[in-house]
Amino acid sequence: MGINYLYPPFEIIRNQDRCITCRVCERQCANLVHHYDEDKKRMTADESLCVNCHRCVSLCPTRALKIVKTDHIFKENANWKTEVIEDIYRQAGTGGVLLASMGTPKDYPVYWDKMLINASQVTNPSIDPLREPMETRTYLGRKSSKISRDAEGRIIPNSSGQLKLDIPIMFSAMSYGSISYNAHKSLAMAASELGTFYNTGEGGLHKDFYHYGKNTIVQVASGRFGVHPEYLNAGAAIEIKMGQGAKPGIGGHLPGSKIGEDISATRMIPLHADAISPAPHHDIYSIEDLRQLVYALKEATRYTKPVIVKVAAVHNISAIASGIARSGADIIAIDGFRGGTGAAPARIRDNVGIPIELALASVDQRLRQEGIRGNVSLVVGGSIRSSSDVIKAIALGADAIYIATSALIALGCHLCRTCHSGKCNWGIATQNPELVKRLNPEVGSNHLVNLLTAWNHEIKEMMGGMGINSIEALRGNRLMLRGIGLNETELKILGIAHAGQ
Amino acid sequence: MDGYHQRMPLEGEVRIPSGCAISGIIDRSGKRFSAREAITSISVMHDRSNGLGGGFAGYGIYPEYKDYTALHIFYYSSEAKRTCEEFLEEHFDLINLSKIPTKKHPAITDVPLIWRYFVTALPTKLSFSQLDEDEYTARCVIRINREIEGAYVFSSGKDMGVFKAVGFPEDVGEFYMLDEYEGYSWTVHGRYPTNTPGWWGGSHPFSLLSYSVVHNGEISSYDANRRHIEMYGYSCTLQTDTEVITYMIDYLHRRMGLTLEEVSHVLAAPFWSTIEQKEPKEREEYSYLRNTFASMLITGPFSIILGFNGGLMALNDRLKLRSLVAAEKGDRVYLASEEAAIRVIEPDPDRLWYPSGGKAVIVTLDSMQEGEAHGHQLPVSAL
Repeated sequence: MGINYLYPPFEIIRNQDRCITCRVCERQCANLVHHYDEDKKRMTADESLCVNCHRCVSLCPTRALKIVKTDHIFKENANWKTEVIEDIYRQAGTGGVLLASMGTPKDYPVYWDKMLINASQVTNPSIDPLREPMETRTYLGRKSSKISRDAEGRIIPNSSGQLKLDIPIMFSAMSYGSISYNAHKSLAMAASELGTFYNTGEGGLHKDFYHYGKNTIVQVASGRFGVHPEYLNAGAAIEIKMGQGAKPGIGGHLPGSKIGEDISATRMIPLHADAISPAPHHDIYSIEDLRQLVYALKEATRYTKPVIVKVAAVHNISAIASGIARSGADIIAIDGFRGGTGAAPARIRDNVGIPIELALASVDQRLRQEGIRGNVSLVVGGSIRSSSDVIKAIALGADAIYIATSALIALGCHLCRTCHSGKCNWGIATQNPELVKRLNPEVGSNHLVNLLTAWNHEIKEMMGGMGINSIEALRGNRLMLRGIGLNETELKILGIAHAGQ
Repeated sequence: MDGYHQRMPLEGEVRIPSGCAISGIIDRSGKRFSAREAITSISVMHDRSNGLGGGFAGYGIYPEYKDYTALHIFYYSSEAKRTCEEFLEEHFDLINLSKIPTKKHPAITDVPLIWRYFVTALPTKLSFSQLDEDEYTARCVIRINREIEGAYVFSSGKDMGVFKAVGFPEDVGEFYMLDEYEGYSWTVHGRYPTNTPGWWGGSHPFSLLSYSVVHNGEISSYDANRRHIEMYGYSCTLQTDTEVITYMIDYLHRRMGLTLEEVSHVLAAPFWSTIEQKEPKEREEYSYLRNTFASMLITGPFSIILGFNGGLMALNDRLKLRSLVAAEKGDRVYLASEEAAIRVIEPDPDRLWYPSGGKAVIVTLDSMQEGEAHGHQLPVSAL
């Protein structure tokens, strides 16, 4: 073992005047940062183990703790920044791929923050959502293109399966395995209460959660974990996962240490065996193969459930989406490169894919140019952080939004980005029973319901301000957006004018 | 704004919101009458317009040519006229052509060349196109308006015609001598744009084939509607609400074969909470229409009067954010932005009411067969 070149990135500041040595910090930290020093009769900490998850800070009864960034520095260098140097040390020491979790922390442009929303003044009235109906209900699924009538001339409703969303926001895929039983239960309960959907992710559906089926989207990914007829028919829709925004082009790996009895049974794999999802689906090497899987799933569910195809936002996303729209899929879900993950190679997470805003704008426009936008619904995710991001996404052309990171934050996640360690102190990204039980599903679900209820209030306020009282009139309504500080190419791709124009 | 020349952008180069006055009259017995009453009616609402646009649509005005499409065209140069006429010759049999008669009016200036053609599609061209006649004509009109600079077709229906100009609507009526035309229904529009280059084509009614729309309001769903309808071959070159509404009606009624009643359930769909209170069968139908054509829901204030062969339809937005009044006297039905505009021509109606938001008032000639106000289905190949 050579010299450790890495200096801890955080310092744990303990106000000894306030500390009552109750040792709650010690008990709460799965990373074993805090210790009681018998000799000095006080608490100490090994900050090299700290991931800055704030569990100790939040639970300290006297607010004696805070975590600060170390001011220890390398000689300043604009090119060879601290993290660059440290990554080289890490790889030189281990010979391994750098692992990371959650969405990229890099300073890429966030286009949501460079768009502004319109409001009515004088020429038409804004609408007060407290006094007038304000509708956020959305249906996802293919719209029929031909009217059929019975002998008396009455319309025969001939739409195939549609998903009804009371709010245009769903919880996107997070597998049981990557997150805990209690986290899944929180999502399922919240989705039921909110009249929307959560997504099983690729890890199958725990037997306890089948009764949330009508608010569940079941996923079929390249590993096919936990896929069987009962599973496919348990949900309201089936999602084929082709890619994930945080790691386009690669598969997944849930280490055997996380494959306990429940997960092993749910995923239908041996106990403690690594669960490896291949990079591609090995039965889909082209678009015509995708069509076969779409129809195989439709056959298996007797054409009662819409099929979603989820792809990562990559460079030629509009051509890919056009192909998917013609593949029989009812809904396309696009995941932007800022989207989260339970574990991904850091270089891929930080460098592969494109922002969801640009992907959405170009896909929506392309499908319209081809006259096939009505064939499919568009759902987008990959770092939607607030109700105004939702409004902007819908105005660019999305039918609905997928959120996951925001949902986890509502459950207590502090974005310490060490999900891959499996030691989540908040009971979310862990399978350790002691940690899992820290997340109370009743409380978690309540927080999720609160979050989306609050967002929905804000969405209604902003819609009312624009004089729009139904979400479908906002969809693709790009006149309601203006760019701020964007160049002409960016404006052209987004299909919006600049502020002041 | 063109910064260098300080020129106002032309209609279509910029989106111009406007307030307005509208009025419509129909005689259900089919008895024809001049536009005088429409002129009187709209003049009462003078303050709802600002002199930057007015116009009329009359139905049943060309009985002698009722089987031919009447094209009304503005030309801004003789070059444009030559190019456009060449195009017409290539695509249609020209049965009759003439200048539209006008009378000098001090308030109507910068008058373009205004021509009228009675035409029918060239049979060889039509069969080659694999389209039905309406679709063929519609595409020709859209093409002229998009491609021939300085030519603008502002009326393209059968046995109907639009007459419009920059000016107050009552002056526009005098200018076109509409006293001398007789129709079974008239609609009229006075415009209050918030800015305008004063282009005649930008006045209303807006018309495609025999549909004409007069509209008062500013819809907040505009770009959602526009980007949706443009998928089906329409081109919203004027960037006005009226244009996009007309195209949606044409699409839903003529191309999708919905009835006007059903069209109203799309454009001004009831709230979901209202739909849920309906009988199961109805609920299913309303939900289906609303969901299938979700992107054609119009939000924001509007009141429109749609003119079509054989009738009128008035429709308000769901919240009734614009005034719209209806009245009945004998065979006559009156529709207007203000009650005063009805009372001035019919002081003693049998019935006068304020139609609820989203509730269409559909009036057809007594002679029309059940179902005639319905659209017809186009073969899929033509779509």
